[in-house]
Amino acid sequence: MADWFADNGLLLGLALLDGLAYAALVFMVAVGLNLVFGVLRILNVAHGSFFAIGGYTAASIGAFVMARGLPEWLALPVLVLAAVVVGGIAGPLIERFILRRIYAEEPVLQLLVTFALFMILEDVQKLIWGVQPVHHDAAMRLLGTVDVPFGHDSIPFTAYQLYVLPGVALFTLVGLAWFLRRTLTGRVIVAVTTDREAATAMGIDAKKVFLLTFTFGAALAALGGALSSPTAALVPGVGAGTMVLSFAVVATAGLGQIEGAAIAALMIGLGRSIAVYFLPEAEVLVPYIIMVGVLLVRPNGLFGVVETRRI
Amino acid sequence: MIAKHEAVLAALLVAAVLAAAAVSPWLIFILTIATAKGIAVLGILLLLRAGQVSFGHALFVAFSAYTVAFLAPVLNDVALLLPLGALAAMALGLVVGAFVVRYREIFFGMLNLALSMVFYSLLEKLYTITHGTDGIRVSLPRFFGMALERHAYEWAVLVTALVLAVACAVFARIYLASPMGQGLSAIKTREARLEFMGVSARLVLLSAYVISALMAGMAGAIIAMTSRHVTPHLGYWTASGELVFIAILGGAGGVIGPFLGAIAFELVRVYAAASFADAWQLILGTTLLLVIMFARGGLWGLVLKLTGRRA
Amino acid sequence: MHNTLSRRDALLATGFGGMLMPASLSHAQPANKPAEIKVGIVTILSGPASVFGVPGRQAAEMLFDEINRAGGIGGVPVRPIFVDEGPGVEHTLGEIRRLVQNERVDILFSSISSGSCLACTPVAEELKKTVLLWDCGTQRIFEDRRYEYAFRTQANGTPEVLAPLLYTLKRKPNLRTLAVINQDYAWGRDSWELWKTGMDALKPGVRVVAELFPRFNSTDFSTEITRLLALRPEVIFTTSWGGELDTFIKQASERRLFERSTLVMPLAESSLERVGNALPPGHFIGARGDHWHLHPNPADPAKLRAFTENYRRRFNAWPIYCTHHMYQAVSAMQAAYAKAIPAAGGAWPSDAQLAAAFRGLEYDTLTSRMKIREDGQGLEAQLIGTTVRSPDYPFPIMNDMVVYPPELLYPPVGQKSVDWLKTLTPDYLNRVPG
Repeated sequence: MADWFADNGLLLGLALLDGLAYAALVFMVAVGLNLVFGVLRILNVAHGSFFAIGGYTAASIGAFVMARGLPEWLALPVLVLAAVVVGGIAGPLIERFILRRIYAEEPVLQLLVTFALFMILEDVQKLIWGVQPVHHDAAMRLLGTVDVPFGHDSIPFTAYQLYVLPGVALFTLVGLAWFLRRTLTGRVIVAVTTDREAATAMGIDAKKVFLLTFTFGAALAALGGALSSPTAALVPGVGAGTMVLSFAVVATAGLGQIEGAAIAALMIGLGRSIAVYFLPEAEVLVPYIIMVGVLLVRPNGLFGVVETRRI
Repeated sequence: MIAKHEAVLAALLVAAVLAAAAVSPWLIFILTIATAKGIAVLGILLLLRAGQVSFGHALFVAFSAYTVAFLAPVLNDVALLLPLGALAAMALGLVVGAFVVRYREIFFGMLNLALSMVFYSLLEKLYTITHGTDGIRVSLPRFFGMALERHAYEWAVLVTALVLAVACAVFARIYLASPMGQGLSAIKTREARLEFMGVSARLVLLSAYVISALMAGMAGAIIAMTSRHVTPHLGYWTASGELVFIAILGGAGGVIGPFLGAIAFELVRVYAAASFADAWQLILGTTLLLVIMFARGGLWGLVLKLTGRRA
Repeated sequence: MHNTLSRRDALLATGFGGMLMPASLSHAQPANKPAEIKVGIVTILSGPASVFGVPGRQAAEMLFDEINRAGGIGGVPVRPIFVDEGPGVEHTLGEIRRLVQNERVDILFSSISSGSCLACTPVAEELKKTVLLWDCGTQRIFEDRRYEYAFRTQANGTPEVLAPLLYTLKRKPNLRTLAVINQDYAWGRDSWELWKTGMDALKPGVRVVAELFPRFNSTDFSTEITRLLALRPEVIFTTSWGGELDTFIKQASERRLFERSTLVMPLAESSLERVGNALPPGHFIGARGDHWHLHPNPADPAKLRAFTENYRRRFNAWPIYCTHHMYQAVSAMQAAYAKAIPAAGGAWPSDAQLAAAFRGLEYDTLTSRMKIREDGQGLEAQLIGTTVRSPDYPFPIMNDMVVYPPELLYPPVGQKSVDWLKTLTPDYLNRVPG
């Protein structure tokens, strides 16, 4: 064991750096999904579409900014702007005109409504942005690279990947935890998550909470997409792949659990990059193995609460 | 009364399928696939009766289809391949079911999704065995010892699929009326009461799960013997979503719904793809959305309304 | 209930079966001149590979318009009917049947993905309808069985991998270490097997330091890039394409992987315009054939220029390899009709006569002339070059270009590619240009 670490310790260190950045992106998508589920009790299949649309929008705004010759540092705020635009438009529209009509329905119907939205949004993306890969990497290039020592050698990492992604994820995690525990709106959201019936009985306007949460969740997904757009090309179908991954994170974490989503994302991110080094063939299976493993031991996810059974 | 009503409608539907296939031979293929999917959706329907949605039943479709593809070189007869594929799926259903019936609702759906994605990833990953995304070709099998030419063979498979569909529908009807079937409804409403009566809810759900896997297996075998080319795509999560989509489109009320839904789904897809090659997902998604919003009972509900009866 | 059903079915089957027979017999009989020639074109319009499917369709629309403006084929206008192979093989097989049995197309152009090629070609053969494999690359199709109605109007995976291998070995005669990073699906695996087999035969002893197959449709390669940076292989081989190749190039470029290793990217021509100067000079790229808008010595420079300019004007993009592949299929179809119409002696050629015209057919591409050999495989040269910056273009172009003739690149008819590659010797390398 000691010998193994002497040989592979450095590689393991590199794997951790990569895994962290990946986990940060996974967290950004999954946390919004989990938040929405906690409050609305709807597993939003179209969440992956918000991710894709957020990325496309960021790339479009970024290209516009560049074409106007505006200052380069704008590349970073543009990512947040894209998230606000997508969340602010798509969120209320979908919640108000579609989801609100089906809150009383069976979960399967709710799930399918979002599946229908997913299919529709897949084509909407194609109609707006076409099929050619869309790429805008100003934000990544802006910050340059950092040389990480590796034995006698050194490995360049992008500062964007090393600092921005984990930084934003950490900020989101802490900010969200603070918001949910320390502000009135946040506490109302928590109240609805824990016990919807009691919360509405106490006079909480569930409609408002739902609208707010869904918009916020959509914005978080869009921010995830916007953050990934400087490093990854956007292509048709990117939403579907993101979706399955965030499902796995949410189920591993426990439904509605914010901190759980962070830990599950870390496990999946690190597990994946360690697999790329030491067992590449297992890379794609990592999220599912982790999820099934966790659910075997804890049937409600890492931090899930056992629901009281109706009698 | 309703039973007689259903029988007449079933006979009409079968006749319509055969007539359509005879008038336009190109429809034979699509109608066979639709009938097969209808059988798989019938299985989904049993689980829906218990309020559980599997977002991973494409696993059993694909497992059976690949069983057929692997066995075809040695046992090249529909009479052997069909039961073997279906039984293989059923056996897998027993193993997977024993694990997943401990979970409910979203976890049930997610675990099914995760396990189906594991199988999908393996189909892609184990390239030397499965040929990855290229898939495996199934040569023209014999039909109960007879070597048929292509056109007669396609008719034979369509008729086989219809016979199986009728048999499965009759079985599903009897099953749902039996105590085991009634137990399913109890899981949906008040599971704990079932346990108080000394009935194991897990066992009730497991029996329905195994039957649904068997039905998905039949579907997979028919699909493999019709398209005669299997690819991992059969097991992707969107394929599972499609089955749930069809269940709702057809209407979860009666056993004919799945077949109405499957035929409508395939036809809408073909015609949408033919007229709007770029936007068929948009059309399908909108159809689903409209059905859920304005025709909750699905196509079967519409039929009942038109014929002035209620299920 | 079963009894009545099967009886009804038997009645219907015999009743309508009789009606259908004449249609299936008509394959062999010459017909009258049709009102139009319908061409069923299977291409990818949804999902990640639509980066090739959509330019292919655009090229077809443009070329069919040009043919119709010039009076059609044999005086008959042509009409394309496009279908999407994106939803998967099962959907595509249904669409093929619809095209042949309902739309009654005269000829099929089938598919980009090798999965749908392998599935659709046998069906077209059973339906006795000529199918041109216009873009799919799997070498297995004509190596595993013989077809009467299927022809490929472009090269296949074997020459597309062997040519860049030859180019690399000529420029790196002392190559010691190599790594591969390919998409984890059929083409990624197949192309690596071809490369590895060829390399082991032509230059034994090259050490493969990493074989990376990230998940198909991955959006992040930073872990793989870190590994490649740490391993410092002399050459990195990748046959990735589309968004994944773009992402890989951008991420690798930012992290200076291109400074440590030489990359060989046989499909990078299709990404040049998008990645721009993120792709540094000095790396080896290909275009899946003998075609490019800046081809060094096209047979008819005016024709290539006209195609490029018309395409750019209409679609606001540079034509990439799949548009050339579409041109080749359209050109082969025209040449086959030109051969089959007089051969049919006044009548319109039947399906069988049309198919027969393709065997041994010669036709013009945008840069040279191709021939379809007896097993149905088109013989196409391969253009490989090295990236270089140009003041005239906002993206890298190729210099030091070599066109490898087909005689060097294809296994003989009836021999499987991998078996043939094993027979190559280091001496073969001395006979190769470049």
